[in-house]
Formats: sequence, C-alpha cells, structure tokens
Amino acid sequence: MSTLTRPPRIGRPTPLVDGVEKVTGRAKYTADLPAPGALVGRILRSPVPHGILRRIDTTAAERLPGVVAVVTGADCAVPFGVLPIARNEYPLARDKVRYRGEPVAAVAAVDEETAAQALALIAVEIEPLPAYFESAKARAPGATLLHENKPGNVEREVHNEFGDVAAGLAAADLVRKRKFTFAEVNHAHLELNATLAEYDPERGWLTLHSTTQVPYYVHLTVAQCLGMDTACVRVVKPFLGGGFGARTEALGFEIIAALLARKAGGTVRLQLSREETFLTHRGRPQADITLEIGMTRDGRITACAAECTQRGGAYAGYGIITILYAGALLHGLYHLPTVKYDGWRVYTNLPPCGAMRGHGTVDMRAAFEALLDEMATELGLDPFAVRRANLLTAPTTTLMGQKVMSYGLGDCLDRVETASGWRERRDRMPPGRGLGLACSHFVSGTSTPKHWTGEPHAVLNLKLDFDGGITILTGASDIGQGSSTIVTQVVGEVLGCDWSRLRVVSTDSALTPKDNGSYSSRVTFMVGNAAIQAAESLKAILVAAAARRLEARPEEIECLGESFRVAHSQDLGLSFSDVVKEALIDTGTITVKGTFTCPKEYQGDKAIRGSAIGASMGFSYAAQVVECSVDPVTARVTVHKVWVAADVGRALNPLAVEGQIHGAVWMGMGQALSEETRWDEGRGLATNLVDYRVPTMAESPDIEVHIVESLDPNGPFGAKEASEGPLAGCIGALMNAVHHAAGVRAHAVPLTPERVADLIEAKERTAS
Amino acid sequence: MMLAPQDEDQGGAAPRAKAILMITLNGRARQDLVDETMLLVDYLREVCGLTGTKQGCDGGECGACTVLVDDRPRLACSTLAHQVAGRRVETIEGLARNGRMSRLQQAFHEKLGAQCGFCTPGMIMAAEALLRRNPDPTPERIRAALSGNLCRCTGYVKIVESVRAAAGPAVEAEAAR
Repeated sequence: MSTLTRPPRIGRPTPLVDGVEKVTGRAKYTADLPAPGALVGRILRSPVPHGILRRIDTTAAERLPGVVAVVTGADCAVPFGVLPIARNEYPLARDKVRYRGEPVAAVAAVDEETAAQALALIAVEIEPLPAYFESAKARAPGATLLHENKPGNVEREVHNEFGDVAAGLAAADLVRKRKFTFAEVNHAHLELNATLAEYDPERGWLTLHSTTQVPYYVHLTVAQCLGMDTACVRVVKPFLGGGFGARTEALGFEIIAALLARKAGGTVRLQLSREETFLTHRGRPQADITLEIGMTRDGRITACAAECTQRGGAYAGYGIITILYAGALLHGLYHLPTVKYDGWRVYTNLPPCGAMRGHGTVDMRAAFEALLDEMATELGLDPFAVRRANLLTAPTTTLMGQKVMSYGLGDCLDRVETASGWRERRDRMPPGRGLGLACSHFVSGTSTPKHWTGEPHAVLNLKLDFDGGITILTGASDIGQGSSTIVTQVVGEVLGCDWSRLRVVSTDSALTPKDNGSYSSRVTFMVGNAAIQAAESLKAILVAAAARRLEARPEEIECLGESFRVAHSQDLGLSFSDVVKEALIDTGTITVKGTFTCPKEYQGDKAIRGSAIGASMGFSYAAQVVECSVDPVTARVTVHKVWVAADVGRALNPLAVEGQIHGAVWMGMGQALSEETRWDEGRGLATNLVDYRVPTMAESPDIEVHIVESLDPNGPFGAKEASEGPLAGCIGALMNAVHHAAGVRAHAVPLTPERVADLIEAKERTAS
Repeated sequence: MMLAPQDEDQGGAAPRAKAILMITLNGRARQDLVDETMLLVDYLREVCGLTGTKQGCDGGECGACTVLVDDRPRLACSTLAHQVAGRRVETIEGLARNGRMSRLQQAFHEKLGAQCGFCTPGMIMAAEALLRRNPDPTPERIRAALSGNLCRCTGYVKIVESVRAAAGPAVEAEAAR
C-alpha cells in the first residue's frame, strides 16, 4: 500500500493530509480567495521614527472618485497587544508615532491606482521628537520617553537569583565572562501578510480571512478594537504560508482591514508588500548578552550569571515574555546549581519585535554554548565531555520550578558524536575546516495561557454521521508544520479506521472549537492529547453499539482495523458502517469532545516570580555537530554538513519531525551566517529578500537527522515538540566550528565575512 | 515634518491601453483583452483565476511566481503578460494530467518537499524546467538550478530529495509516453 492510502497511524512517516492541495496549486491562501468586487486597501505609513502627530487631513483623499473609505487613528481608540497587561499599540497611530513605517491612515478604493493616489492626497503633520535606535541610547538619562509610563524606556526589568552565585563562582576552578551581540532577525515567511475583511452592513457581521497563527487572538482583538460583540465576528485562517512566530499575535493590518471594511460597508482586500511585511516585523530582537560561567577542572558548572538587554522596538507585543524566556530557559538543559539572571527589555524607535521560533531563548543559548566551548578548550576537555558532565536526570525540577519529565540529551550526544565521526575526524581536519558542537532545548507548549479564562488548554470535536465519515473539527492552526496531519494520525490510531473516513475542518470560528493557536510548540502536545480523548470517547460509543448489536458486553468487543467482533468468537463481526448505523439509532449525528488541561503543578512555582514563563509539561532536547570551513582569502564561512539528534519524545510523524528539525537547524544557520535586519535611523536597509540574506539552496548543507524517542509520560503517545528546540544549537555549534576551523572566537552574530575577517586579522596581529 | 498632499485634480486612475493577448496556457489556446502594463503574475491570477502562482516579494526576490515559458523558467512577477504573446505558458495547475499528479508533484507530496506550500508551485515549476533540460541532475546541480527559489520551512533538504526522487530514467520514460 502506498503511503497515501495506508490507514493513518502514529509513528509512520506520513505525508501531509493537505499536501495534494499544496503541490497541485489548489491550496488557497488568503490572497488567493475569490472576492469579486472587493475594494483594495492601502496603508499610509509614518515617514519619521518618533514624533507628535499634529494633524491628519484626509479631506482630499475622501473626495477622490473611487475612494470608498478612509480611516485614521480617530477611528479606533482601543489599544491592542497580545498580553492583556501590555496593550499600548493602536492599529493607526494616535497622538504619537514611534517608528518609521507605523501606520497613520488607510484607504479602501476601487482599485490599486486609486488607493495609491488617495494615500498621496493625505496631509500628515508630525512634530519630530528625538529618536533612539539602540538600547543604550534609549536608556540614557534624559532620553525622551516613548511611553510616558515607562521610565528609562525600559519596558520590563527582570532580576532573579537561585542559589548563591558568588559562592558558586568562588568554588570554580575557571571563571570566564564574555559579552555577545546578536543581530535582530526576521521570520521572512514566504507568504506576504494579508487580510480579506468582509462586512455585512445589514446584519452588522464581520468575517475575516487572515494570515495568522492565532485566529482566536485575532477574533478577540478585532472585536475589542471595533467595539463589536465577538458573536458578530467570524475569523477563518485559510492555508498559511509559514509563520515562525511572526503571526502569533493579532497584528495592526488585520484590525485596519476590519476598520476599512466596516467603514466601507463591504469587502476589503488588504495585501501588504514584502517591505511592509518586514515593517510589521515582530522578529527576534537585537540582544546584548553578558555571560559569566564558573566551572570545575573536570567540567562541572558551578555557577552561571547572565545579563540580557533586548532592543524591543516601539511597542510591547510579546516583549515581557521574550525577556523572561531568555532567563527562564537558562534552566532545564543542564544541571546548574546556581543561576543569576538580569534582563532589560527596552523601547526603541524601530518596528516592534515579537516572538520568533525558539522565543527568547535562542541568543542566550547560543552564547552559553559558545562560552562552554571556550572554557572546555581552556581546560583541555572535549566539548562532549563538558556537556556530559552537566546532564540532568529525569524526572527533576529545575531551580525555576520547571518539571523535566523526560530527558534524552545524553542519547542525542551519543548519536551525533558517532554520526559525525567526531572522535576520528576532529583532530585530523584540514586547515580552515572545523567541527563544532552545541545543545539546545525548548518547551512543548507553555503551560499557562495568556488569557486566563478557566477553559481547557485545548478542545477538539469529532463528528460522526450517517455516511460513516468522521470530521475532525479543530481550531489548531496548520501553518505548514502539519498539525492537521498529526490530529488525523492520532484519531486514526485510536479508532483504527481508514483515511477515507477522516477529514479535517480547521480554524473557522463558526465551525471549529476555540484554540489558543500555533505558538510555543503547544499543538502536538496539547491538541494531540485532546484528540486522543475525543477519539477514545467516540470509540467507546462505537464499541457500545457493536456490543448491543452482537448481544455482548462492551469489554468483550475486539476491534481489528475497521471490524468489530466478540473476542475469541468465530463471528465475522460487524463492519464499520454497520456499527455506525447501530450507534446512530435513537440519537442521530454523534458529536464528541476531547479536552486537555495542563495540571497546576506544571504551571511553574507560584513562589517564584515569572516562573510561569518557560514552564511546560515536556521539554525537547537536541545536540548537533556542524562542519564548516572558513575561506582563507574571503573569510567566508561555509557550512558543509550538520548532524543533529533530537529528543522529540515519540515521533508521531517521523517524516514531519525530520522536516521540522531540518527547518529549525537551517533557520538557526541563517541567523548565524547572514540574516540581519538593518535600519539606518529607522529606515529599513534590508526590507526585501535580497538584502535580508536568507540562505539559498546553493549555500545550504545536508542536514542529517537522528530521532531520539525519550517517551514523555505526559505527551500524546509520549510525544514532545520538534520544531523549535534544535534552532539555537545550530548557532552555537557554528560559532564553535568556526573557532575550530580558524582559531577565532566570534562574539557577534551573524558571522559575516567582514566580522570573521576582522577576527582573523586581529588574531594575526596579536601573533606577530 | 509634513507629508504634503499632491495635486488634487489627478483624481481617478487614467484608463490604460489594452490589447488582445493570445497565448497557449497549460496546453490550451486562449485570448484575452489585457492591459498592456499588466504583469504576467497578475494576468494568471486575476484574469485566468490561476492562483497557484504565488507572489512572495516585491519583484524578483523569491522565485515563488516561477512559471514555464516555452519550457524555460521565468518569473511571472517580472514579466509583462504581453511579453509572452504567442508562447507556451505553463503553471502549476497544468502539471497534473488525466487526474494524475506529475512525478515531481507526487515526490514533493510523499517526501515532504512542501511544508507550508507557499514556495511549492514556483519550486516545482523551476524543478520541472530543470528536469526537462537535464533529466538526471545531481544534488549539486539541483541546488544550483533552484537557488533562485527561496523556501523558509524545509531547509531545502527534502526539496532536493523530492527532485531526486522524480529524476532519473523514469522521467525520460514519462516524457516519451
């Protein structure tokens, strides 16, 4: 049987349930949806990075024939933001603008040209204020505040210490302290941001199709900003062209599209350009990190003190969580007896940062792995030995209250050590070529929801009807990671039925149960568990029906694929359709529900401030070895191969797990080698896919994946996350490989030829 | 700082010159009255309703709009519709024949060459062009030929595997069919 028709089960490499649509071009993304007669939306953006909005005059634009609606900050006085405690952004600026490119007005017109002309007719008067593009300048005494309630332009400071770090450092044989800088990066998801907003003026209903990972947050936010009853709003997520965290909060353009549609009393298509998609940003912030580690002669870590300053951009977004994460996930990878963390999230006059794959943890982890490597070298220890000297034993609870229930890092290290030929090859590399190792980890879903409603963390429905078809109704956002495929496999595994019966309907608020969205790698873990419960509940109904029909007790019924019979009997048994017919008698269509809630004990330690961030029911682990070369003339770094072993618990879909790990490692490599948003006085210098250097196929290496299955006690069939954990390790491993190849320690990322050349030159100067 | 309004009496878009465009699209001849400045990507998506061809950038950056013109890959976002008058244009929608996906489509599906799927139509068309020129390319050749097509999900590993799986003698057999 081909992989297309084998019954859906867990543990088998399974192509995506919506893969045929993708490879045939039939998949409809937001910009592909038919909307005959839709108006064209366009946004006017601030030309200055910081200023007081004195006046906007839209009269001329409104008079232009073909213009149907014009909106400004006056049309929405409700601020938005993904964290209920930090809502300080308006869809269209009011009173002040805080970054170049911030939306100040928008129009809906009959066509593109008219919309563009209308924007040109809007007069905007802005009184400039001093603007800050670096964390240090924004924090300097006397700096003008971006937000009146945030002194020093610091959005959030975090300070915590576990154990006596000073004593830990004093007990160490070697203490090293280094400063690192990581450039800001962007998700660069291939699909441009877009929203199709339809307003029905007779009923006062609004329907949005949007490029989001979190249709539920979009739903809540749009209803709040427009002052609408949530029951009058419907949000649908069509096929989505990637996310990587960019779309894990409701974004300004989605609200603008809704405002335009309501004002126009019709349908508006708002499609952002690539430049505007970059300006919407929400990427990983530029980070300055100071890290100090104490180590004994045999490689055991005695203390860790970390400082992190993140250049957050102009608005809150996820900022508080990002700065907390950077400290929280110092924990949970190795045994750290004492840890101190100080973090500052700073407002600057740049597009707002947000969540990006490996949220908050990536730069800190890369710095940690680089310093670990440096100290190992100094102590004459093998990089593998240093990591093995600090492994955890599961189950355990970290100093920050995180519960580690499964831990396959030791196996991951063994696997990549063998696969990469580390022992045989590392000391025999030709000049300019090197091997580097690093480890990383991530949560399988954050255990505390952002909106505390008392509802379960995940809900999933199954509908079974006369046709014998089972519809899986899920709010889980498939963003390309394959969540619809995972829930299909899980339901198929429990019910034992064939592909032909199972179809997924997802992310339509009118049809599917609420889901918090695709972020923090929560979907497989949480929605997977809800799917198991729903399928078990449906199975119990089917077994009871079969028992009735066969005049047996339910516990006597045995299921073999789609056949139900009395165990050890000679009966032919009942077919699936016979059982369905029996089950529907007197009740009709059957709908069952499965839910999942993270128990309190996994939601962090209430006594530790901020410990809800980084608390998870399961942590994924990864180790990887990168082989690179450094060109002796150009100092260009080339990655030749990556060996990565990832502990993902049970791999429900090994094919998708490999794909997710490939993507994570490669995205880490892009950040390490070439990716960097660049702003000149807030002007985007890399707001396109040529200057923002995403690695092409020609410069991307083979990535060899080894799956380690530690079987998590809480995961669905033992599964954990697979797509975020491996990212950070690639950066650290590459920094270490560059040292092995060229003898220089990079403390600034990306490792561009200019930076590496400077390091090599400095080393040669010192030597001569 | 002021953003001054421009001249008001420009109002309304001026009508553009249109001309008849005759092409062979996915094997069928067609004629449309098309704006002379319309891009091929907009013609395919808006006039022909073929939304499989994607736009992922502001022009020539990402390769998502790759289509075939007389068997050669071409960026539909950087080509005027009228530039391909009289030529054979093929899009992702034209690859499946008689209800069967092409070998490349089958391989991209089964080997997970597509994750979010947004770059996939352009990637498959670029790969199709490669296999028509070179039915059995090495992984290195594939990487070079498809380097103008960005993907943000896969790290390209399974894309190369997918193209390799669709390459080789079977492709030549299919072409001869």
